[in-house]
Amino acid sequence: MAKHEGQVHPIGVYLKIWALLFVLSLFSYLVDYFHVESYLRWTLILIFMFMKAGLIVAVFMHMRWERLALTYAILLPPVLIMVFIAMMTLEGDYTFATRGDFFAIGI
Amino acid sequence: MANVALDDRDETVARPDGLKGFAADWASDQRAFKNVPWGKAMMWIFLLSDTFIFSCFLLSYMTVRISSTVPWPNPSEIFALSFGGDPIPLILIAIMTFILISSSGTMAMAVNFGYRRDRKTTAILILVTALFGASFVGMQAFEWTKLIVDEGVRPWTNPYGAHQFGSVFFMITGFHGFHVSVGVIFLVIVARKVWRGDFDNNTRGFFTSRKGNYETVEIMGLYWHFVDLVWVFIFAVFYLW
Repeated sequence: MAKHEGQVHPIGVYLKIWALLFVLSLFSYLVDYFHVESYLRWTLILIFMFMKAGLIVAVFMHMRWERLALTYAILLPPVLIMVFIAMMTLEGDYTFATRGDFFAIGI
Repeated sequence: MANVALDDRDETVARPDGLKGFAADWASDQRAFKNVPWGKAMMWIFLLSDTFIFSCFLLSYMTVRISSTVPWPNPSEIFALSFGGDPIPLILIAIMTFILISSSGTMAMAVNFGYRRDRKTTAILILVTALFGASFVGMQAFEWTKLIVDEGVRPWTNPYGAHQFGSVFFMITGFHGFHVSVGVIFLVIVARKVWRGDFDNNTRGFFTSRKGNYETVEIMGLYWHFVDLVWVFIFAVFYLW
C-alpha cells in the first residue's frame, strides 16, 4: 500500500468555513425577508451564491489544495455554461417578444 | 517545485508548481492527475457532468421564466409557513438550506477524522450527515405533499400564475432530492465500512471486490458537497429570485 498523504487540514478551517456559510445563507434569506427588490436583490443573491459556492468548492472539496492540472480540468469547462446562459437569455427574450406580438389580447 | 506523491507507488517525484506544473502534468504519455487517486478523479469528472445536467435544468427554467407573458408565481409566498402566527416567508426552504449546510460541515469533518484514522468519530459524523440528509428529504416530501395535495400544483397547472412553474419546480427539486436520497444510502454504506474498520483491515468491497481506503470517505464527501453546492444555486435562482 502506498502512503497516502490525503487532504489533512486543521479542523478549525472547516469550522470557520461552516460558520461563514451559515452567515452567508442567513444574509441571502434576509434579502427575501426584508423584501429587497429589483437589481439590488438580484445582485445580492448572486454575490452570496457565488461566495457560498466558492467556499464549498475551495475548502470543503479541497480544490484550493489540488494541483492546477485537476483544478483547470474541472473548473474551466463550466465557463461554457456562461455562453449557454447568454444564448438562452437572447432566445428567451425573443420568444417573449414573439408571444407579445402574436398572442397579446385586447391591444 | 513540489514533491508530489504518486498514488500507486511508494515514491514522490519533484513536479513544477503552478502553470508550468499544469503544462507538465498535461503533457503527453503520462497520467494527468498526479497525486489524485483514480476514484477521486473520476468522481470529479462525474460531478462535472452532473454540473452540466443541473445547469441545463436551471437554464431551461431561466428561458421559460423569461419567455412567460404571465406573471411568475412568488416563491416567497408559496413556501411560507405559519407556526401559529403570521406566515413566515420561505421559512421551510431556509431551514432546509441550513440543514444541508450543516450536513456539509459534518461531512468535511468526517473526511478529516478519517485521515486521522479516528474510526468511531468518522463513522458517527458520516451517520449524522446521513441523518441531516434524510431530514432534508423528509422536509422536501412535506413540501411536495403540501403543494400537490393542498394547493393543487401540477406540472401542467398551478393556482398562482405561469403554468411552467409546476414542471420546473418538480423537475429541479425532484432531481436534486433524488441526488440527496442516493447520497444518504451511500453515506450509510460508507459509515458501515468505516465502523467495521474495512479500510484498516483491507477488507474487500462487496461490489467491486477492491480494497478500500480512507480516500473513499473523501470521494463520498465530494459527492455530498456537490449536492449542497447544487442546492446553493437552486436556492438562489429558483427560490429567492
